[in-house]
Amino acid sequence: MSMIFGVPLAVLSGQLLIGVINGAFYALLSLGLAVIFGLLKIINFAHGAMYMLGALVTVVLFDALGINYWVALFLVPIIVGAFGMLIEYFLLRRIAGQDHIYSLLLTFGVALIIQGVLTNIYGVSGLRYTMPDIFKGGVNLGFMFLPYYRAWVIVAALLVCFGTWFIIEKTKLGSYLRAGTEDSQLMQGFGINVPLLISLTYGFGVMLAAFAGVLAAPIYSVTPVMGSSILIVVFAVVVIGGMGSIGGAIITGILMGVVEGLTKTFYPPASSAVIFLVMVVVLMFRPTGLFGKEA
Amino acid sequence: MSSNPDREYEQLRISGLHAFYGESHILHGIDLEVNRGELVTLLGRNGAGRSTTLKAIMNMVGRRTGSIMINGEETMQCAPHHIARLGVGYCPEHRGIFSSLNVQENLTLPPVVRSGGMSLEDIYTMFPNLYERRFSQGTKLSGGEQQMLAMARILRTGANMLLLDEITEGLAPVIVEKLGEVLVALKNKGLTIVLVEQNFHFAAPLADRHYVVEHGQIVEEISANELSAKQSVLDSYLGV
Repeated sequence: MSMIFGVPLAVLSGQLLIGVINGAFYALLSLGLAVIFGLLKIINFAHGAMYMLGALVTVVLFDALGINYWVALFLVPIIVGAFGMLIEYFLLRRIAGQDHIYSLLLTFGVALIIQGVLTNIYGVSGLRYTMPDIFKGGVNLGFMFLPYYRAWVIVAALLVCFGTWFIIEKTKLGSYLRAGTEDSQLMQGFGINVPLLISLTYGFGVMLAAFAGVLAAPIYSVTPVMGSSILIVVFAVVVIGGMGSIGGAIITGILMGVVEGLTKTFYPPASSAVIFLVMVVVLMFRPTGLFGKEA
Repeated sequence: MSSNPDREYEQLRISGLHAFYGESHILHGIDLEVNRGELVTLLGRNGAGRSTTLKAIMNMVGRRTGSIMINGEETMQCAPHHIARLGVGYCPEHRGIFSSLNVQENLTLPPVVRSGGMSLEDIYTMFPNLYERRFSQGTKLSGGEQQMLAMARILRTGANMLLLDEITEGLAPVIVEKLGEVLVALKNKGLTIVLVEQNFHFAAPLADRHYVVEHGQIVEEISANELSAKQSVLDSYLGV
């Protein structure tokens, strides 16, 4: 069997695949954080909870009502996104324009409440979600085995990321969002309903997290605490990419998944720390992040 | 101009306007009126409250009391995004060109609020430089071009009252001259213009009336034909 730096090719490509998949989740989540931070200037600590809600609602809807995966893929982001808009309308709006620390504490508190209530109901042992039949099995590429579902996750995440990038960078609605990110007061002076734009943007960012949650349900253990562990990594990814950069969030997300996967192959003990190490180095040499604009 | 039948038709009436930023009390009871088709300037020293008056009209200050009527409609309770819908176009002192948008995106950003605005073609005819650079990043333009863009942007919306804050600031004389021509053209189209201006020599030949603002109040109103008679009063207010 062929070896690369003393590691079998199959092992390396397997870890790379896991890296790309984790990276796809990082990309979806950090993209939502970047979109929300751009317009609302808040650091959404509830983002992990929204991802978790995406996965949990998928499982609960299936168990209770038999709602299948494909319906969930569309329905769950809408449900969780609407829930996010309620949070924005009733809570976040009240502290708009205050210091970052208020929104940080508020969203963190909301996350803890959601997580605590759901832990009481569902426990932390992990709910089972059966993978749809169409995704069972995989294909042997010769050098590695590619499960169908993992391939689907990568394709779906990339499509949604690209779609989001396209909407923001290339459409009229996106130009409102970009301009609002720079000067929302002037936008309002032009007659644009900025409070509505803010609600929709928060809802959309939350939808991205919930979509990632639905994708995660069949392959990760679904528990009320699944969001809090991934969120810390995603924040590191956002810091590396640069807060508020849309394309940067996507590229950095996938890149960091791959870096993590490679580290797992060549030096496993460092794999859970490597992203934070990269973050420290980036902060030392480029405090605005790899894709961030100079202040 | 005096034959203009709209001349007696009130477009903006501000009475007893106070405005606050946090604890600081900036406007102390502004009273002014602008009739349809008039070009009125707000003169005064830096910090007198001229820009704040425009911002208060746009509901962009912290707190306001008093009354601001636009086309006879009380707007003190209006949300900021409803003001533009009354036909008001605002050009801020900092110009507000968006760096993440190209020139054309900047130009088409403000929604059309009334019919009768200029088409994109009209605007590109009036400002050929903007056409040439329509795919450049908005903030890559020169200062003069950015000012043209900031003006052009609100002409597309069909706004019939323009609030222009220090549009000649820091610009080369040739650009200032061009802006003067644009203002004359807009005035001839019947637009109402409120101009906050530092450059008195730019404003004097264009304006129908001048208000002098000091310490957040209107201290003098001077019509164009009284200008030479009251020049010394004006000079003492402006400190020239």
